[in-house]
Amino acid sequence: MFRTLSEKVWERHVVRRAAGEPDLLYVDLHLVHEVTSPQAFEGLRLAKRPVRRPDLTLATMDHNVPTNDEPAEDISARQIEAMARNAREFGIRCYPMGDPNQGIVHVISPQLGLTQPGMTIVCGDSHTSTHGALGALAWGIGTSEIEHVLATQTIAQTKPGTMAVTVDGLLPADCAAKDVILGIIARIGTSGGTGNVIEYRGAAIRALSMEGRLTICNMSIEAGARAGMVAADDVTFSWLEGRPYAPKGAQWERALDDWRSLATDADAPFDRDVAIDASTLRPYVTWGTNPAQSVTIDGAVPDPDALPADARESAHRALRYQELAPGTAVRDIAVDAVFIGSCTNARLEDLRLASEVVRGRKVRSGLRALVVPGSMRVKADAEREGLDRIFLDAGFEWRDAGCSMCLGMNPDVLRPGERCASTSNRNFEGRQGPGGRTHLVSPTVAAATAIAGHFALPADL
Amino acid sequence: MEPTRVVSGRALPLGRANVDTDQIIPSHWLKRIERTGYAPGLFEAWRKDPSFVLNDDRYRGANILIAGANFGGGSSREHAVWALQEAGFRAVIAPTIADIFKSNAIKNGLIPVELRADTVSRLLAAVEADAKTVITVDVVLRTVAAPGVKASFPLAGFLQTQLLEGLDEIALTLRHEADIAAFETKRAEWLPRVR
Repeated sequence: MFRTLSEKVWERHVVRRAAGEPDLLYVDLHLVHEVTSPQAFEGLRLAKRPVRRPDLTLATMDHNVPTNDEPAEDISARQIEAMARNAREFGIRCYPMGDPNQGIVHVISPQLGLTQPGMTIVCGDSHTSTHGALGALAWGIGTSEIEHVLATQTIAQTKPGTMAVTVDGLLPADCAAKDVILGIIARIGTSGGTGNVIEYRGAAIRALSMEGRLTICNMSIEAGARAGMVAADDVTFSWLEGRPYAPKGAQWERALDDWRSLATDADAPFDRDVAIDASTLRPYVTWGTNPAQSVTIDGAVPDPDALPADARESAHRALRYQELAPGTAVRDIAVDAVFIGSCTNARLEDLRLASEVVRGRKVRSGLRALVVPGSMRVKADAEREGLDRIFLDAGFEWRDAGCSMCLGMNPDVLRPGERCASTSNRNFEGRQGPGGRTHLVSPTVAAATAIAGHFALPADL
Repeated sequence: MEPTRVVSGRALPLGRANVDTDQIIPSHWLKRIERTGYAPGLFEAWRKDPSFVLNDDRYRGANILIAGANFGGGSSREHAVWALQEAGFRAVIAPTIADIFKSNAIKNGLIPVELRADTVSRLLAAVEADAKTVITVDVVLRTVAAPGVKASFPLAGFLQTQLLEGLDEIALTLRHEADIAAFETKRAEWLPRVR
């Protein structure tokens, strides 16, 4: 029988299968952060249950931590302390604020080599799909499920469908991985992947770096998908080799053989198949309040009445919220803030791409621009290359690691009415702060926009 | 979790599509470490608009929420379900409901009801025309009934059982301890262990 990558990983993790019930799957790695876990630990405490496998559990603090020298406000400090206390009490390794390994949970696990092909990984965060870039099956769960995984190291799940998104052709030079995923979401919609695991395939995906693949898998949830995956290949292996938790010596060789066997069989059928020609993609900018509401940077804000009937009401509401008029050229939209960060686009490659654009230039006066590295390791690596100087000289703030302005839990928020070019993943109403207006872009476009003051490509500067 | 069999009552006609979890409960509410205290944050931003349907006295006391397609998309925050429940909602009806939200809802006894878009439109129209319209969601029969509307909704058998019996899923899984332990002896040796 021919099977897809996601089916192969699924099948090898089935602990128990019974007719009429969801499969009970083993979880190879459970990532935990301070925001969605406290109620789960409290549940364990009340039921007097231990954590079954502390050695397969890793915690960090990312969503609600300050990224500058300011102390956390009381309610946030209480949550941060709860994470430290729960980790201590249940014997879980935690990278707290100030630790050189601290950072956004989806950045630190791949960086440590903990995320490996063929693993099952869960976390109480919808962007857990990120880890699929290395060929792992990884998905976000709620707090009740966190408690279940902590107590049993398993999770009961209905088998998802399979969906192939095949991106062939050559990606234009001024496009990034972010533009590939924004293009995919524009095509299939915010619920285009619902119920499915998306496998990203094709020459344009193979040609991407590991960082680029992480960006793409990260936003699978923005298409409603349960998870996103890329089959492991030499890019994956050379990225993993030598990382702290990667297999070593003879184990490495055995692992490689195993990982190669996980690729989708040549004749395996997918429940749904979407083909995209990479050469038709352009840098994207979202205009609305969901990630499917985007146009290319060469385009203009659409007229809601010219959209398909089922998209009109949302588009009208979005334009009212965003205070944009139909027909406005994207390049004519001025921004108040630029945020380069998040689990989508705050890895070293992202910071390199952005720094190339701002090198020797100045952030437009009056504009607030932030770089928030995805992890303290990314920050240290970037500083070794001098990227911090480039950003600081241009007028960017250079912060410590955290989720920061992606979701506006810490003090890094937009003020009401402010407009932001953001490398993050969600442009929902108020996502970056009540009344704030978010436009999703790649790091390159974000950097050029910070210099120009309105949406721009490096070539426009 | 309390068993949930039938929910009958008035409905809030929210209508709009793509109601994401950041709208249901904005992120600053997630700083709390408790399971309760979220009702004041429900639709916090939209509620500032006096004409928002949740501020309409005619719908006060509604226990069923009717929304457009792709309800509950976005983050995995279970707080969205907690906030809805605390505000009195016991069922959500929409043409499509996002995967993680649906799973979180079931685990807390909030009934996720997916109906055809035209059926949802008819329910919305009925409730908008008469706020006193009573809708009944029956988990046993997997049906939704309102004057002039009768429809079935999909709900897998084990999810139905979960709602009907309000089971402690962790206790159920721990009965399979032997299976879990046996599985653990077969895992590849290179798989990482956090040090």
